Amino acid sequence: MKASFFKTLRTTLLNALWMMLITFPIMVIKVKPRESLVSWRWMNLLWVGIGTFSLSWIWRYLLSRRDKGSKLNAGRGREVLGLLWGKKKIRAVLLAALTLLVIWFPWIVNLYQVGIITSGLMFVILGLGLNIVIGYGGLLHLGYAAFYAMGAYNYALMYLYWGMQFWLALPLGAVSGALFGILIGFPVLRLRGDYLAIVTLAFGEIMRLLLLNLSDFTKGAEGIAQIPRAAFIRALSLQEATNYLFYICAVLVAFSIFIIRRLENSRIGRALEAMREDEIAAQSMGINLTRNKLITFALGAFWAGLAGVILAAKTTYINPGSFTLLESVMILVAVVLGGMGSIPGVILGALLVTLIPEYFRALSDYRMLMFGVVLVIMPIFRPRGIIPKLRKHYTVKEVDCSS
Amino acid sequence: MSDTILDIRNFSMIFGGLHAVNCVNIHIDKCEIVALIGPNGAGKTTLFNCITGLYTPTEGDITVYNSNKKTVRINGLNPNKITELGLARTFQNIRLFNSMTALENVMIGCHTRLKAGILGAILRDGKTRAEEQGVIDTSMGILKKLKLERYANETASNLPYGPQRLLEIARAMATEPQLLLLDEPAAGMNLAETKRLDYIISKIRDEEQITILLIEHDMNLVMSIAERIYVLDYGELIAEGTPAEIKANPAVIKAYLGE
Repeated sequence: MKASFFKTLRTTLLNALWMMLITFPIMVIKVKPRESLVSWRWMNLLWVGIGTFSLSWIWRYLLSRRDKGSKLNAGRGREVLGLLWGKKKIRAVLLAALTLLVIWFPWIVNLYQVGIITSGLMFVILGLGLNIVIGYGGLLHLGYAAFYAMGAYNYALMYLYWGMQFWLALPLGAVSGALFGILIGFPVLRLRGDYLAIVTLAFGEIMRLLLLNLSDFTKGAEGIAQIPRAAFIRALSLQEATNYLFYICAVLVAFSIFIIRRLENSRIGRALEAMREDEIAAQSMGINLTRNKLITFALGAFWAGLAGVILAAKTTYINPGSFTLLESVMILVAVVLGGMGSIPGVILGALLVTLIPEYFRALSDYRMLMFGVVLVIMPIFRPRGIIPKLRKHYTVKEVDCSS
Repeated sequence: MSDTILDIRNFSMIFGGLHAVNCVNIHIDKCEIVALIGPNGAGKTTLFNCITGLYTPTEGDITVYNSNKKTVRINGLNPNKITELGLARTFQNIRLFNSMTALENVMIGCHTRLKAGILGAILRDGKTRAEEQGVIDTSMGILKKLKLERYANETASNLPYGPQRLLEIARAMATEPQLLLLDEPAAGMNLAETKRLDYIISKIRDEEQITILLIEHDMNLVMSIAERIYVLDYGELIAEGTPAEIKANPAVIKAYLGE
């Protein structure tokens, strides 16, 4: 115990010294060329040393805690929750409470909050969609924003040229997203992993550049403005329209969870997972790779198309700038952060990724820095996401199975 | 020859300048247990990969005779099509779906024999539900047959080595094959496990009427269960016959078995 303490002390001290050394030129020396003066800020060196020392110490402490297996407790909490969720009555009560909360929500908070939460819910739909591609199908897709753009532009352009209604555009946007997914799927059928990521990334950019440069058709960088909000039987005020869209979003999230959960525990869902695990073995077990990869892309893109239409109706203005690579990466971060393949995980991840920057506007300049920190910490402490996927446990009746 | 199940004629597989398998003729009758032996690099696994569609043979014909007497030439068909025709295999280096449970692994094997599509999965109608329950029951039944039921909800990668090999066989059996191709099923198993494997393979053949073609280096196992043996050496078929004949064959002794 004592030996390990001194060892930790030594490494942390070394870390601090090293950090002091490498930050010395920027933290300590300050040259003022106008006065031709060099000021030596020795205090900074001290702060760097103390800061590094304590951070390093905390890091080491957390690592040692991880190695001791403090995960057990978290697992137990999960089990209790699972047990509660498994009881039908409790589940009904919980679901009813959640529904009431959702219905009440717009009445207890202001317009701004409702808007933020609606964006959060939109992101949940996107995350759940990308989760099909990455979490189940195991296909690293970096051009997901292209499908999102597909949905949004579908609605915007169809409104612009034909005066299309929101409620008609919603299913059309989703379906066209899915078709576009299949179209993109064909050329990348043979690719996997890094190569697939590069090609899909390129597709995402191509889509954005097309929208930007086909300015006669898409209005280019200028974007399309005054897209109508979701239609209701009567005209709505801004407040009402915002609440209305929030409800639509909430219902669509519930709908997507319902559908994706069912897909996950089906023949198709299993086939997708098998494909992720081992393509050769999956093929030899009779799984048609071509078909299943296209299904994966189509199912993933479907939800992006849906979310795109909602985005257009929510912001009433879209331009290609909303569908950059950064958007794709944000959705990816939501999925990886929450837990690949885990529906509750992805929901939490998507909400975190959208809501934290909104509520901590002051820190928005440091967003990328935060992502960096999270991407370093996550694989070490929670490699499978905040809420990792649990395998389905099959209980089999012991009666007449062997005959 | 009337009840031949697999017929391989003038089969060659050439990788660049390497003749991995050269002009081989093999035929397997229904309900036989046939072994394929030979030194490392003789082309045994290459032959397996060609039969199951992972490679397309350079020359020759591979023909499968279906249960309803339909003959299909399977050169270059997709592996999933070949599985549908009733051929299933295991892998030399275990290829389980590692993060899925043992039961789920077997359930995936059932894939070709099911029909449920996306719509069925979403609506979860009576037919789909019945099918789904059927899959769980059949898969559990197969696990029980191989005495793997206690691992049913265990993640495949957490299984010990022997059970992992058996699980591969279970998964292959779930595809309802007529011909099961086992690529070194006893590799890495201890004596007791090999003995059990011997029993299981014979049981699969006797009870399920599944024909078996296996590659194996464990000569005790091969000699005790195989009814006929083919010997490959440097891609050439050097001998064919019953275990007794093979044991006495000087060419085989020279190339593989040793003095």
